[in-house]
Amino acid sequence: MTRYIARRILWVFVVMFAVMTFTFVLMYIIPADPARQVAGPLASPEALANIRASLGLDQPIYVQYATYVGNLLRGDLGRSWMYRRPVLTEIADRLPPSILLGLAAGLVELILGVIIGTASALYRYTWIDRVTMTLALIALALPNFWFGLVLLYFLGYVIPIFPLGGYGGLAHLILPAFAVGIPYSAWYARILRSSLREVMAEDYVRTARAKGLREFFVVGRHVMRNALMPVVTMWGMDLGNFIGGLALVEVIFGWPGVGLEAVEAARNLDVPMVMGCVLLISGLMATSNLIVDIAYAVLDPRVVYH
Amino acid sequence: MFKERQGIKQSQPLVTGELRSTSYWEDARRRFLRDRFALTGGVIVLLVVVVTLGAPWFAPYDPLKQFMEGLTERGMPIPANAQFPLGTDDLGRDLLSRLIWGGRISILVGVLANIVSIGVALLLGGSAGYFGGWFDTLVMRSVDVILSVPSLLLMIALATVLPPGAFTVVLVISIFGWAYPSRVFRSQVLSIRQRPFIEAARSIGAKESRVLLLHVLPQLLPTVIVYFTIRVPAAILTEAGLSFLGLGISPPTPSWGNIILSGSRMYRTAPWIVIDPGLCIMLTVLGFNLLGDGLRDALDPRERR
Repeated sequence: MTRYIARRILWVFVVMFAVMTFTFVLMYIIPADPARQVAGPLASPEALANIRASLGLDQPIYVQYATYVGNLLRGDLGRSWMYRRPVLTEIADRLPPSILLGLAAGLVELILGVIIGTASALYRYTWIDRVTMTLALIALALPNFWFGLVLLYFLGYVIPIFPLGGYGGLAHLILPAFAVGIPYSAWYARILRSSLREVMAEDYVRTARAKGLREFFVVGRHVMRNALMPVVTMWGMDLGNFIGGLALVEVIFGWPGVGLEAVEAARNLDVPMVMGCVLLISGLMATSNLIVDIAYAVLDPRVVYH
Repeated sequence: MFKERQGIKQSQPLVTGELRSTSYWEDARRRFLRDRFALTGGVIVLLVVVVTLGAPWFAPYDPLKQFMEGLTERGMPIPANAQFPLGTDDLGRDLLSRLIWGGRISILVGVLANIVSIGVALLLGGSAGYFGGWFDTLVMRSVDVILSVPSLLLMIALATVLPPGAFTVVLVISIFGWAYPSRVFRSQVLSIRQRPFIEAARSIGAKESRVLLLHVLPQLLPTVIVYFTIRVPAAILTEAGLSFLGLGISPPTPSWGNIILSGSRMYRTAPWIVIDPGLCIMLTVLGFNLLGDGLRDALDPRERR
């Protein structure tokens, strides 16, 4: 087990390095002049040359790459061209709002997903199953940025319960959290439903019922533990998508998180900032996949890694 | 057809009856036609495709034409009325016509992006699984890397510098879209390769290329159909997201995403410009999802619940 984990952690670093190189090359072959983006459309050729030199853009690509890797190994992600501050401080400043929104949306997703998925599996082929699964199908088809706007319109403007975007207390958090969480909860509800139904057909569930255990404990103790496995897996694999959705919703609500910042950086070709965000997010994705694989072994004693 | 067969079963001894064994595709078609959700999805998809492809006939107006009477005296869009069935947009253009023409672009992008992604995936994933070796390792490691990249962010960066338009959106989606299906096709080819009929084809001296194209590839067809149907909505949503950020299809050409963007600036006074294209996206995505689920159940009996 320890050897397996060690190998997986090593693999995370290998993948991160490859992701970094891939992004670097992609940003380099992009047919645009970042110096022009920094200097503005009216800058003189001399000013452009100066900026290019100060950003190191006049060097050949392998020199630029080597410099970037060297700095990265020392924990330096460079300076943002747009904000003219170190990428690391810029990201650190914007991280708390994103984590807050991510956790809130994850909570909405989990609670709604588990409740709806369980209800429809326990009451299958009844109207509860039909209504919840129809709603889930509709929720799955929602573009989440559009859903955010619709929520803003109806619950912020027509019936002014919530503020019209921005960052602040709980009231500001609720709408964006639901905008991200609801479409994803539908996804999880569907997975949980089919996995619950599969597990409930197992022999040991019949045994648990046969020995007179109340249904609540049968589901809570015996079924749930096994049915949650595919949900946990999906969560690890889905994190990238989830973060993408988070970014678009941050844009809609003017939520000052990393997502909004990353979108801005990408649109302004702020290469160090984009690289920083890509590394942060892919690191998060790789780590969460690792945790999921390890959690597998903890949840299910049948899983053995070599 | 089904009833006839049952009749034969009851009245005649099996050996003499004209009983054909049903083929895989006939079975699949039968399962599909019994699935109400799948049929609903199919009808929705058909409807959307017909209306958007027939945009010149179905759209009441030119989607780019600005009407004098399409704006109020204060220059605001007007809500639905007899002349404009769904109201007008921020420049006094007929919203219904724009939605129909915009749908054409969205569907086109969704379909093209998937043709490219799945084509590349068949080529790379399929041959990786078939030939194995260093090529397999190279392709699969690249897949690992691409799946570890936050794709939306890089799509935004790419779409920023490439000339805006449908071609760019297709390209940007395809760059990241081939990775996952490659993995799926590879694992399928790995198992197909072991099957006796491949060995049989080889044993009578068929060339590698012949085995691959005539024996392995057809086996992948069900997966390709299902995967295609399931991934079209994802591409439509991505296109909408990019256009909403002002990076996909650029105005005045309508797309569902950029109509939402134009409406988001005035969603309080003219909510229909935001709401209607979103409903179009939702209906289309819902249709494809239902159809895809149904096709999966019909074509892959092992996964049926």
